[in-house]
Parts: sequence; structure tokens; C-alpha cells
Amino acid sequence: MKQSRRNFLKFAGLSAAGLCLAPTAAALASGGGGAGKAHAVVNAKTLHAKRWAMVVDTRKLNTEEAIETLAEVCHHIHNVPTIPGKQEVKWLWEGTYAETFPEQENNFPSEDLEKRRFPLLCNHCENPSCVRVCPTKATFKRADGIVAMDYHRCIGCRYCMAACPYGSRSFNFMDPRPFMDMDKINKKFPTRMRGVVEKCNFCVERLAIGEMPACVEKSSGAITFGDLQDPDSSVRKVLRENFTIRRKPAVGTEPGVYYII
Amino acid sequence: MIEKALKGGPKYWSWIFFLLLIIGAGFTVYINQLQEGLTITGLSRDVSWGFYIAQFTYLVGLAASGVMIVLPYYFHHYKKFKGMVIMGEFMAIAAVVMCLGFIIVDIGQPQRMLNIIFHPTPNSILFWDMIVLNGYLLLNVVIGWTCLESERQRVKPPKWVKSLAYTSIVWAFSIHTVTAFLYSGLPGRHYWLTAILAARFLASAFCAGPAILLLVVFITRKVTGYDPGKSAIGTLAKIITYAMLVNVFFFLLEIFTAFYSNIPGHMHSIAYLFVGSHGHHELVPWMWTATALAFISLAMLVPPKFRDNQKMLPWALVMLVIATWIDKGLALLIGGLTPNPFNEITTYWPTGKELMISMMVYALGALVLTILYKIATDIKRDLGELTESD
Ligand code: SF4
Ligand code: SF4
Ligand code: SF4
Repeated sequence: MKQSRRNFLKFAGLSAAGLCLAPTAAALASGGGGAGKAHAVVNAKTLHAKRWAMVVDTRKLNTEEAIETLAEVCHHIHNVPTIPGKQEVKWLWEGTYAETFPEQENNFPSEDLEKRRFPLLCNHCENPSCVRVCPTKATFKRADGIVAMDYHRCIGCRYCMAACPYGSRSFNFMDPRPFMDMDKINKKFPTRMRGVVEKCNFCVERLAIGEMPACVEKSSGAITFGDLQDPDSSVRKVLRENFTIRRKPAVGTEPGVYYII
Repeated sequence: MIEKALKGGPKYWSWIFFLLLIIGAGFTVYINQLQEGLTITGLSRDVSWGFYIAQFTYLVGLAASGVMIVLPYYFHHYKKFKGMVIMGEFMAIAAVVMCLGFIIVDIGQPQRMLNIIFHPTPNSILFWDMIVLNGYLLLNVVIGWTCLESERQRVKPPKWVKSLAYTSIVWAFSIHTVTAFLYSGLPGRHYWLTAILAARFLASAFCAGPAILLLVVFITRKVTGYDPGKSAIGTLAKIITYAMLVNVFFFLLEIFTAFYSNIPGHMHSIAYLFVGSHGHHELVPWMWTATALAFISLAMLVPPKFRDNQKMLPWALVMLVIATWIDKGLALLIGGLTPNPFNEITTYWPTGKELMISMMVYALGALVLTILYKIATDIKRDLGELTESD
């Protein structure tokens, strides 16, 4: 019963995808050049994993400008508004070592570390406190470990913001649309309305069509993305070969984002 | 019985219209909030809960405090509280109405509010808070109304009311415990992450709530002549004193744990509140005012000769209410969310619009309380019970 709406949505999505693909297949079968549909939700190229995870190599990616470029891409494809001031919305941003790892500060850090900037985003935690507190299941964890959101169900209680120990969530205090260049918005991704919470979604919409997350693609190899449960995956390989840390280990959320220092 | 609320002198009606005026003014601002969103508040990405939720937290305490009268009356057969029981129950109704009001004005998408019921989520404390608050409201409405009605009919209240009353006693503890769990179960929020938070909430509820109730009773006595009796007032004042002592003691326990352990996360919020940090001192004067008022009120409450002085008592109570309000209706929320997860400080201060909307909810509570008390005192007058014999 409880899951029925989401199941229905999934079902509707799949049937819609089927409807989109069916004419293409028919067109192909008949020999005509069928154009691919931009809105296919699921297709054969969909990337699967038991547990998606990310490793950021901060030796290669550590300047404000470099991280800004990634944030621009992320914010552009997800229609994240640019709101000035403390009611801002952000999915990917940057911070100093002290901000990123607040309780692991060192009194005499190396000069290099002091200068470095770290990309910050939702950690898609293994034990996400945001999911634990959400009273409507608007925030939920998918089978592949991605912590996703249903913006249409969120009531805007902001309990998840109080619960996330990483400050990864943003609330739409106001209507976000006036803060976007409506001529340049990404029509394949919805815009949000005021009164709901949002955050990085590990680019689920891109994984669904066989593409890597935008920030990973744009990072020229500094970010690795893959299946944590698969010993042969790219992320496991980097984790094996490097020393990595995660943010706030003491809070027990088990982040899915690792940092090579 | 409701017809009693429709008959009253010019003083009664001007008070009612005054409240309606505030509600109306606040409501226009609320319409503005519905159009613009919560951007009209002083809230931010870092301090995502503020004045509304803080008032909600404070008022849950007021709702729970009725138990300090109901418990001695039903469990210990302390008959002197007979006249006060109904006041406590009606106060609880008004308080829960305000709690629900503050939740509604705080929600970003109020039209979807029922999603909490359509998609029940037992792992969310907010779900349980909704259950216990609404349950408590229902219990108090049923008990209060039935008792008053049977009093008016000059019959004994039906037996089931007693079992409901016992349930409501346990329930009162649950509403404040569950509300504390909203906060104390969150990782990374050191100021809230303390096992004693629920106990602190109850202690502050059991001093502040009865203090507000007593002040309201004093006003009621002035306006309607209804007197619950000197010994009832004396006993309640004693309860308030003990609860306040426990409340202050619990807070000192927090200070010891944070500063003796020397763990930065635990000290940071408290330091921000009392001495300021990173050059931000917004709450420092408030905290010291609260501290001073808490101690002065205790100095006036602890010695029996001051406490029993009915001229001094109201002043002590007012100070106590202000002190606990600063602690719980302001500092608890801001201190919990400051510093933010990046150890930085984002300041928060409620905006004028936020305060106007809050006034609307408070006025709504006052309206509910006035109407209920009007009915109760009129019935007592009809019964010739305006003054309890001591
Ligand atoms: S980082 Fe925060 S928002 Fe993201 S999954 Fe973890 S707890 Fe949730
Ligand atoms: S704001 Fe939305 S996503 Fe966050 S806890 Fe409330 S309903 Fe869930
Ligand atoms: S994974 Fe996707 S949504 Fe998340 S920060 Fe990177 S680009 Fe943005």
C-alpha cells in the first residue's frame, strides 16, 4: 500500500519509456531511420551498481576555479538557481580542509593542504540520517545506494536539513525560477518550486541513460565513480591504491564519497 | 455550553475583537508568506529552523505542564486542585492548538501537509510527534468537556473519564519526550545530542508551564472573581520552584560535561551562546539576561516567606517565564544549528513578518483559551463555586 504510488510512478515511467521505444523499434524494423527519443527514462545502456560511490582525488582537483567549473556544469544541467545570500541553493560547492573535515583539523597543516579546496556534495550515505527523519519518504535510499528525493512529495518541513551532518541540503525559500536563465535551462530536467528541499542526486538521470555523473565527466579523471561492492570496479581500484578519508566518520552515516588527500 | 462564550460584557468583547484584529493582521502576513515562501523569514540554508519551531517547542511544554495539576489530583487525591484541573486541561488545549499552528506556518508546502498521514513513516520522529500531539489534544478536549458538562449537570463524571485522565497523564510525558527526541537523535548537532534533553524539556515544562498557568489564573481571578484557593496556588508555586531548581541543575550538568571533557564540538554552541564566537555575539546579552532572571526568580521562590507573598509571586513567575523562554524559545534552536556543519557561524534573527505571523498563532491560542475559560468560569458562577473554600 505504502509503496503503491512510487511503484505506480515507476510503472508509468517504464510504460512511457516503452511507448517511446516501441515506435522507434517499429521504425527500425521497417527500415526507416527512427530518431532516438530524448526522454527515454530507462534504456539498455542504463548503468547498474550494487552501491554507487565516488572517489575524489584532491591532489588533482583542489582549486576554487576547477571546482567552480564542475559546479557550473552540475548546476546548469540540474537547473539549480543562482540565489545570492544565505538562502542559496547549491548541489556542488567548495570548502577548505577545515570546513570539509571540521573535527579532523590539524594545528600545523602542510602549506599545500592549507591552500587546497575540496569539492562538497551530498555523500549518499550508507546510513543516511536525512532518510531516517523524513516524515513522508520524500527522501529515500535506492537499492543502488543513491539517496534520492521525490520533490512532489516533500512538505518542506526541513527536518532533513537539521539531520544532515554535512550541510548537503538546500531549501527553496523562494520560487527558484526567476533566478535561472530561462532561455538556457535544461529542458530534460525539471525545475523545482518553492517550499521543497533539494540536493545532489548523483546524476541518476544520467546513469539511467548510460552516462557518468556530469562532475565526474568534467573532472578529467580526478573523480572516479563506480560500484563499491564490485572488487574489480574502478572505485575499488583507486581505494586500494590510495589513502582516503571520509567526512565526519564519528557520526556513523558512512559516506559514499571518499577523498584522496 | 458553547453559548456561554457568546454572552459577555463590553470588556470581554473588546478583548475578543482585539485578538481577532491581531489574528487578522497576522493572517495577511501569512498570506504573503504563502505567496513568497519562507524567504520572508530570517531563516537560511544553515539555520533552517527558527522562531516558529522554537515557539512550537516551548508551547509543547505548556501543554505538558497541565499534568502537574492532574497528576496530584488523580494519583494523590489532592482535592485542593479540583478547581484548577479544568484550567490545566483547557490550557493544554490552547497550547496544542498553538503548537499545531506553529508547525503549519513553518512548513514550506502546507497544502501537502497530510502526506505525513498518507505516507506514515514510523522511522521519523516527526510522525510520532504528530500522533502524540493530536492524541493529547483529543484527550484533553474529551476529558475537559465531559467533566465540565457533568459538573454543570451536577452529576458525577462518567467512570471512563478517570481512565482517560490516567492515560492523559502518561501521554503528557510522551508529548514532551517525543518532542525532545526530534532534536536529540540527530548526528552532528552537539547542543541537542544529549541524553538528558528529554529530561531537561520536562523540567523546564514543569516550571514554565504551571508558571504561565498561575499567571493566567491570577488574571482570571481579577477579571471573573474565580479563585481556585490559596492552598492550591501555594502548592503549585512549590511545584514550580522544585521544577525550576531541577531545570537549572540539568543545564549545569550540560555545562560540566561539555567543558570538563573539553571536546570542541560540545563546547562550541554553548560558547557561542554565552560569550560569542568568531566575532558573533548576537545571543550573548539574551543568555545572560536569562541567567540573571533564572537566579533572581529562584531567590524569590525558594524562601517560603517570599513565595507565599502573593504580591511578589507574580513577579517571580514572570521572570521565570522569560528566563525559560529565552532558553527554550530562542537559544535552544539557534544554538543547536549554530555553528553549522562546517563549523562556521551564520546568524539568524526573526524578521518582523515572522514575528507578526507568530503573534497570529499566539493570539489564536489566547482566543481559544479565553473562550474556554469564559465557559468554565460562567459555569462555576452558575454553580455558585466561584471561590474554593480553603
Ligand atoms: S550527505 Fe546528508 S543529505 Fe546526503 S545522504 Fe548523507 S545525510 Fe543525507
Ligand atoms: S523537507 Fe521534505 S525531504 Fe526533508 S524531511 Fe521534510 S518532507 Fe522530507
Ligand atoms: S554527481 Fe551529479 S548531481 Fe551530484 S554534484 Fe556531481 S554533477 Fe552534481
